[in-house]
Amino acid sequence: MSLLNWIDDRFPLTKVWQEHMAQYYAPKNFNIWYYFGSLSLLMLVLQIVTGIVLTMHYKPDADLAFASVEYIMRDVPAGWFVRYLHGVGASMFFLTVYLHMFRALLYGSHRNPRELIWLLGMVIYVALMAEAFFGYLLPWGNMSYWGAQVIISLFGAIPGIGEPLAEWIRGDFVISDATLNRFFAFHVILLPLLLALLVYLHIVALHKVGSNNPDGIEIKKNKDKDGIPVDGIPFHPYYTVKDTFGVAVFMTVFLAIVFFVPELGGWFLEKDNFAPADILQTPPDIVPLWYLTPYYSILRAVTFEWLPGGAKLWGVIAMGAAIVMFFFLPWLDRAKVRSIRYRGWLYKTFLILFVVTFLMLGYLGTKNPGHVDIFWFKNLIWAQIGLVIYFAFFLLMPIYTRLDPTKPEPDRVR
Amino acid sequence: MADNINNDRRRVLTTVTTGVGLAGAVALAVPLVASMKPSARARAGGAPVEVDITDLAPGHMKVVEWRGKPVWILRRDEAMLLELVSIVSDLSDPDSTVVEQQPDYARNAHRSIRPDVLVVLGVCTHLGCAPSKNFGKGAASGLGDDWVGGFFCPCHGSKFDLSGRVYKNVPAPTNLEVPPHSYLSDNRIVIGIDEEETTA
Amino acid sequence: MSVIKKLLLIVSLLVSPALLASGGGENLDSVYINLADKGSLRRGAHTFVNYCLSCHAASYMRYERMAADLEIDTRTLVENLMFVADKPGELMTVNMASEDAKAWFGVVPPDLSLTARSRGPDWIYTYLRSFYRDETTPTGWNNTLFPSVAMPHVLYEWQGMREAQFDDSHGVSQFSGFEQIVSGEMSEAAYDEAISDLTNFMVYLAEPAKLVRYRIGFWVMGFMLVFMGLSYALKKEYWRDIH
Repeated sequence: MSLLNWIDDRFPLTKVWQEHMAQYYAPKNFNIWYYFGSLSLLMLVLQIVTGIVLTMHYKPDADLAFASVEYIMRDVPAGWFVRYLHGVGASMFFLTVYLHMFRALLYGSHRNPRELIWLLGMVIYVALMAEAFFGYLLPWGNMSYWGAQVIISLFGAIPGIGEPLAEWIRGDFVISDATLNRFFAFHVILLPLLLALLVYLHIVALHKVGSNNPDGIEIKKNKDKDGIPVDGIPFHPYYTVKDTFGVAVFMTVFLAIVFFVPELGGWFLEKDNFAPADILQTPPDIVPLWYLTPYYSILRAVTFEWLPGGAKLWGVIAMGAAIVMFFFLPWLDRAKVRSIRYRGWLYKTFLILFVVTFLMLGYLGTKNPGHVDIFWFKNLIWAQIGLVIYFAFFLLMPIYTRLDPTKPEPDRVR
Repeated sequence: MADNINNDRRRVLTTVTTGVGLAGAVALAVPLVASMKPSARARAGGAPVEVDITDLAPGHMKVVEWRGKPVWILRRDEAMLLELVSIVSDLSDPDSTVVEQQPDYARNAHRSIRPDVLVVLGVCTHLGCAPSKNFGKGAASGLGDDWVGGFFCPCHGSKFDLSGRVYKNVPAPTNLEVPPHSYLSDNRIVIGIDEEETTA
Repeated sequence: MSVIKKLLLIVSLLVSPALLASGGGENLDSVYINLADKGSLRRGAHTFVNYCLSCHAASYMRYERMAADLEIDTRTLVENLMFVADKPGELMTVNMASEDAKAWFGVVPPDLSLTARSRGPDWIYTYLRSFYRDETTPTGWNNTLFPSVAMPHVLYEWQGMREAQFDDSHGVSQFSGFEQIVSGEMSEAAYDEAISDLTNFMVYLAEPAKLVRYRIGFWVMGFMLVFMGLSYALKKEYWRDIH
């Protein structure tokens, strides 16, 4: 009896391989947008592996943390390489996730029957933002400290329970060693476990329904005499081989950044964070890293003090609502077709507006609201315009997707 | 297109690509594994230690730390040096034949460079406890009438003489370890550097 | 035009003016950094150890690492570059106790290990060449880049003493230039070069890994291109089955 048989008698190894790789039929027309799921998974694994190595040397203590990062950069053999992999990796992770999410908006992967995949994905996205937020305090640089200070004080804006809640999160009256230690626990154990579980569930949900594709049609509707979708191909070897190429290209870009420009001009590693946390010296502009800036922009765009509860509270509500909007997407989208290839000019216009707005809000989130960095208007005004367009994309969607003049979907993929 | 050519080419391409890919993965893993080696800080912590023995009287012992371990520096008096000969028959390895336990210049009865000064690691060779010194003689020492002075390990009862040589019939298998050391001057010992290195 | 192409076009049009816009608000002089010039790094290290390390720490760098990277032998290191430390493996800490520093200067002189990354080399280069005499300050010195700085002009013997001219004609006082009142040991060009060497050294100090990562990166890129080519060929070969 072979080793494989011995295992198969006790563990569904071959069965799982067949069901999820060798005989899992995926549409044959996947394009470039379909690389980012597997690349996101690659990034999760890389962040965990490099994170484990960093944890061997990092000290989660307010007096030791900053020095321990420099210890890693200088004294630990190849420590600088591991640190850059992890720091650049965080940004690359968000890049793959954003492009992965955008694919859904293009081809309707969030729609029936894939709503649960989308919802699980959204929870992953929120968990990832929390993971990044907790992780960013750990180097205990000046931007780490003040960025955390700003975000936690937002919780203080919630009426009634706000201040006690902020204190409970901090474990102290101000951000301190207590906060650092618990953020370390969240970043290293709580959220990675949660993320691993959520990603597993996300893939299970996907495999139950089967993948969508750029034409937005259900390949399971057209099966041959053996029950295999005529437009489907086994994931292995076709997509294992294609994703390997995707990994090669992605890792080339990733490693080029790690070796040549790990700070990426301040976008991946902020200058202010090369100075230790100083409670007496606030950086001139407190900004989160690029992947959180769109929401930061929305938060700062609400400046109307006449609102009941004040601008700060409504800024927090707007920021929360901006993320929550995504959860409703499967039910806001009322179009008759899934993929953008068959949608009309209304959806295309709104989508283009949304993407440009999202990028603009992201850019503005790194700038001072009082300056003029885009033509004519102050940054704050552009952010407020962006806020309106952002919410319009979601809130008007039931209307414009229903009115949108769509084209008929084909029977077979193109 | 003939199927045969396809399959051969596929096999070669798959093997080569997989091989190169694996090489890449290993190349990525090597620095991560290497990061677990002792860091520059650990290596600096293992740096040599200088000891001044000007005020170390005969019959007295000084303890310093080197690489996280206790180092005993004992200035033996005349009586102690005589005892080194008397108990040879009770010792398991009186001639220090186990070479790993001392540098070449310490393979002698006094297990040191200078007969009067012993430099030895205070770590029991059984399971690593720190033995206690007992320079009393006879019954007064509490270790029996035959005790002539030396070291006694409280953990499991191992005994060592005034050169750190292990007694017979005790749990410890070998003599106490003599670290590399040398003399910068009559009263300055550096622990961690052999003589050849200091004169270089 | 597809939606994606339209998007790319709009985004690139909007992004280009932002990219072309210059960075920070300060007027900084540019310094040429060349970490391959070991001689420059050694001169910079010499200045740093002799002038800066008495008040500032570089507490994340070890002496022996600096010696190894800059190709300085151990004897030279111990005899010429180590004043307060005993062993080459030690960190480059400062002798001045922080309580004393606070009493004398009002502030603890910051650790300089990472200044080239947090402020940038141009800032350091400009700062060290912007001191001028000012009788109204506790030290008698001031700095146009960092007004009311607590640090005196440590290198005044090299640069000499200068006064700053201010133009008050338009209401707001504008800096309009320096005037040399006492000349120093070095000419202006020589001083600028010494500061350039020091800045060069501080860039190395902030990230010693810079000495190796470009070189390793070059080989990594070579390997990745090979792997990209191979994996592409493999993909194409298998996908010949699909129509």
